[in-house]
Amino acid sequence: MNLHGKVHKFGNDVNTDYIISGRHKFKTLDMKELAKHVMEDLDPQFYSKLNKGDFIVAGSNFGCGSSREQAPLAIINADISAVIAKSFARIFYRNCINTGLPLIECDTDLINPEDELEIDLGAGVLHNLTQGIDITITPLPPVMLKILNDGGLVEHFKKYGGFNFD
Amino acid sequence: MGKTIAEKILSLKSGQDARANDIVVADLDFVMGQDGTSGLAIRAFEEMNSKRVFDPVKIAMVIDHSAPSPLEGVSALHHQMRVFANEQQINFYDIGDGVCHQLVPEKGHVVPGNLVIGADSHTCTYGAINVFSTGVGSTDLAAGLSSGKLWFKVPETFKFIMNGTLPAGVYSKDLILYLIGDVTADGATYMAAEYTGQAIDALSVEGRFTISNMAIEMGAKCGLMEADEKTVAWVKAHSNKPFETVKADPDAVYARVKEYDVSKLEPQVAKPHTVDNVSPISEVVGTPVQQGVIGTCTNGRIEDFRIAAEILRGRKLAPGTRLIIAPSSRQVMLQAMREGLIEIFIEAGAAVVTPGCGPCVGTHNGVPSDGENVISTANRNFKGRMGNNKAFIYLASPATVAASVLYGKISDPREFNS
Repeated sequence: MNLHGKVHKFGNDVNTDYIISGRHKFKTLDMKELAKHVMEDLDPQFYSKLNKGDFIVAGSNFGCGSSREQAPLAIINADISAVIAKSFARIFYRNCINTGLPLIECDTDLINPEDELEIDLGAGVLHNLTQGIDITITPLPPVMLKILNDGGLVEHFKKYGGFNFD
Repeated sequence: MGKTIAEKILSLKSGQDARANDIVVADLDFVMGQDGTSGLAIRAFEEMNSKRVFDPVKIAMVIDHSAPSPLEGVSALHHQMRVFANEQQINFYDIGDGVCHQLVPEKGHVVPGNLVIGADSHTCTYGAINVFSTGVGSTDLAAGLSSGKLWFKVPETFKFIMNGTLPAGVYSKDLILYLIGDVTADGATYMAAEYTGQAIDALSVEGRFTISNMAIEMGAKCGLMEADEKTVAWVKAHSNKPFETVKADPDAVYARVKEYDVSKLEPQVAKPHTVDNVSPISEVVGTPVQQGVIGTCTNGRIEDFRIAAEILRGRKLAPGTRLIIAPSSRQVMLQAMREGLIEIFIEAGAAVVTPGCGPCVGTHNGVPSDGENVISTANRNFKGRMGNNKAFIYLASPATVAASVLYGKISDPREFNS
């Protein structure tokens, strides 16, 4: 799978309240509607700046805070193709794998706002086209790769009727 | 080579010799969802083609985050939960019953040595009674509802040894805020925290819940404690389930160990907008506050209300200051009424709201206005957390909140030490 888009850059410790605020997420299960409010408390204009396939790039501990799965779902429904960070909080990390949002762990100091990136998930390479450099990606553990390749945990369960990592 | 509490519980529940960084599929003793996460979980459960939950007795759904419903959309989510709970015959707690993290231990659903998931990040609370409990999202919850199992990466453990005796007017909330400030919001990410030592032993089980509740605020997967006589007595008073407590081996391997002496600790305050932005109270005394909140899964227990009532008894809120009291359960509210604590709060000028999450998550019950400062006993002070991204949230102990609303500014509760 190849991903291609522009960078929207944020700092460290971006929590799930910032990704999608509690004042929105309790109102509806309509993720297209929630997507309009993604990252709103950090940048009120964020949604209007997005183009299909763009990336969220951040520092360490992205997705800390609450367990709300609306966070990855709002990101997916805003047509963002992946989140790239130095590290992720663990519940958010699981939620992304389960819902099929690609996560990329790498040194994001090598990425600037507005940079154009191309990512080859199969080969595990991130090309920073703007700066002309390749950045190494931390590979996903096999269990998570299996769930992601199955299309998320729902599809994994539909396929096997339960967990199957053999 | 010995094992940590996390390694022992995950070994027991997976039937494998589980060591840090292994991945295991393990049997769940209890599975919980609340009204912010259960809607998506029910949808995922149905999409998985699941028909029945694995064991209705081992499942609870709780309506606590927006209870009673303030909006039509929320009412629809609540209705969906009520229908699912009725169809599946699971444990169900409706509006007014309380916060999930109070109800799950209070109703005796979990006992030492259990492995528990909840679709709420503060599920780590039950670590205080020797339970490996951790927060998950809605799809993991659906997998748990359906199969009674989940995959876990066995966490490394960060051991906190707390020596000394807490001074008067300084509480378990101050202790955990201090630790989060020290190790920061990702200081224990992917790890289990183990809290031990004389200062932990001296706490009541209620005080210990406050510490384990906030383990997630340092990024931890769970906030474990060993079970002592107090734990066993507390659990037996709330549950008929048999259990065996789990201790860490003396030669267990820890990723990190930090030792502290709490005997000179001051009351602590987390300043806007992150939980690890912690100062001793002396640095923030005098900051104006318009609203106080005492309650939530962190500090809404009877002991918390006794401490607050001791300070508020016979006194009035400062003019222009509001106080919201949100008991963590129906049981806690009834007990507070019997002890006359609710009367003290109302006489002082407080507004008492329905047992549940109260204003903590910004859906109802006290959204602050632009530019206001709130001092709260909750566990998060993120920008916008209480429903307004132009408000400022400070986190502190029930004593510090009570003292602060009497002056309309952040105040040191040790002034009220008897």
